[in-house]
Amino acid sequence: MRSLLTLASGCALLAACATQSIVTLQEHPKATARDLEEVTAVLKRDFRERGQAKLSRIELDDVQRVCNLHADNPPAELARPLEEAQLKAIPIPNGELIGDWKRGERIAQSGRGSMWTDKAGVQDGGGCYNCHQLSPKEAAFGTIGPSLAGFGKTRGSNREMQQYAYGKIYNAKAYNLCSQMPRLGHAGTLNEQQIKDLVALLLDPASPVNQ
Amino acid sequence: MRAVACSALIALTLAPQSASAQKSQYEEYQRMTAASAPVELFELAGEAAWKKRQGPKNASLEQCDLGQGAGVLKGAYAGLPRYFADADRVMDLETRLLHCMMTLQGRSRDEATKRVFGSADQASEMEVLSAYVAGQSHGMPMRPGKDHPKEKAAYLLGQKLFFHRAGPWDFSCASCHGDEGKRIRMSDLPVLYKPQHVQPLMATWPAYRVSTSKIVTLQWRMNDCYRQMRMPEPVFGSDTTVALLTFMTQTAEGVQYRGPAIKR
Repeated sequence: MRSLLTLASGCALLAACATQSIVTLQEHPKATARDLEEVTAVLKRDFRERGQAKLSRIELDDVQRVCNLHADNPPAELARPLEEAQLKAIPIPNGELIGDWKRGERIAQSGRGSMWTDKAGVQDGGGCYNCHQLSPKEAAFGTIGPSLAGFGKTRGSNREMQQYAYGKIYNAKAYNLCSQMPRLGHAGTLNEQQIKDLVALLLDPASPVNQ
Repeated sequence: MRAVACSALIALTLAPQSASAQKSQYEEYQRMTAASAPVELFELAGEAAWKKRQGPKNASLEQCDLGQGAGVLKGAYAGLPRYFADADRVMDLETRLLHCMMTLQGRSRDEATKRVFGSADQASEMEVLSAYVAGQSHGMPMRPGKDHPKEKAAYLLGQKLFFHRAGPWDFSCASCHGDEGKRIRMSDLPVLYKPQHVQPLMATWPAYRVSTSKIVTLQWRMNDCYRQMRMPEPVFGSDTTVALLTFMTQTAEGVQYRGPAIKR
């Protein structure tokens, strides 16, 4: 795990870019603990659960709390222990982490999953193209996250890189506490096989991402 | 209109090109479709809904006070959201219309909000009413209420809500609308707390959306953003939705209203 963390910080990949964008927002105000209490109470009063979107989703966890209190730019002494705790909780599977890039491409294309209009656990997507460039064949890609075109080509696909890609998709906050990227495994949107298929999309030399 | 939209769509699905070339094609597509908006049809339907007697009191909405006096429609939308003493809260257009349905027509909240968001086949009563009322502020500067303490409080709450990250995907409004020059897929993302970004938007809602063939309102926009943020569902007309709309409309203050418009 330690080596994973080192690798991640050395890579300066998806994570770094995601924070930078927020840091530049000078007008982005920090919330106070009282603000968070007030807003959470307002949301609980004003929202109704629907389908899989239960009211428990309004409760903040420690990561969200710290990011809200520090306008997504918490001091390192607060961020590090939380990142480490998130990292420790990632269940990296044993064995091969590279699944099927073709299935991965479908998962990356789908923006569905975890909404009140989605059936839980059915055809959930990663929504990857909403924010990232991946396959150069897909012209409709978002730019909230960095381009991942050629991801595996430049980084290789050894076990460490597989673990990093798997971990980053499972819980991006383990590498950059206030990243805008959802914690897709941690949130229960994607399962182990789906994440492996996305790792393949990123790392498999045959994947269109690496052409 | 459909033929124009189709040929524009076909043009867009041609082989991959540079992002800037695609962007200008989108702008051309928006320009072409804007010239033939069917918004007037919805406004006509809205006028009929405004004058229709219904509910336990068998009354129309013609005496509804939208902030400029009972029954005054001219410029009413451009003055919203604002504080209403009779309800002792800030209301946006749709929340106020709901209030009038309940008070003037005697309808229950459940009945009046049963189908606030319509379909491509059939717009909702709320949607056509919104188009009708908003159309009568066309060309006027938007001046939402901002002096009453509750208007100030709504703005502040809206600002806090805008940046508040929560839910399984850790999203706030600012996750998508907080940074310049970003897009989701091919859609440019406006930075919704900056006047120059939010003005052209507030100036054009409610709107006819070509991609879904539906008239869409700001309450729908709030609802659908929270859906995509993976949050539970905000209650129609709740303080949360009104506060966000107050925050954005006050930020856009002064822009000339040019809706109901057409969107991609």
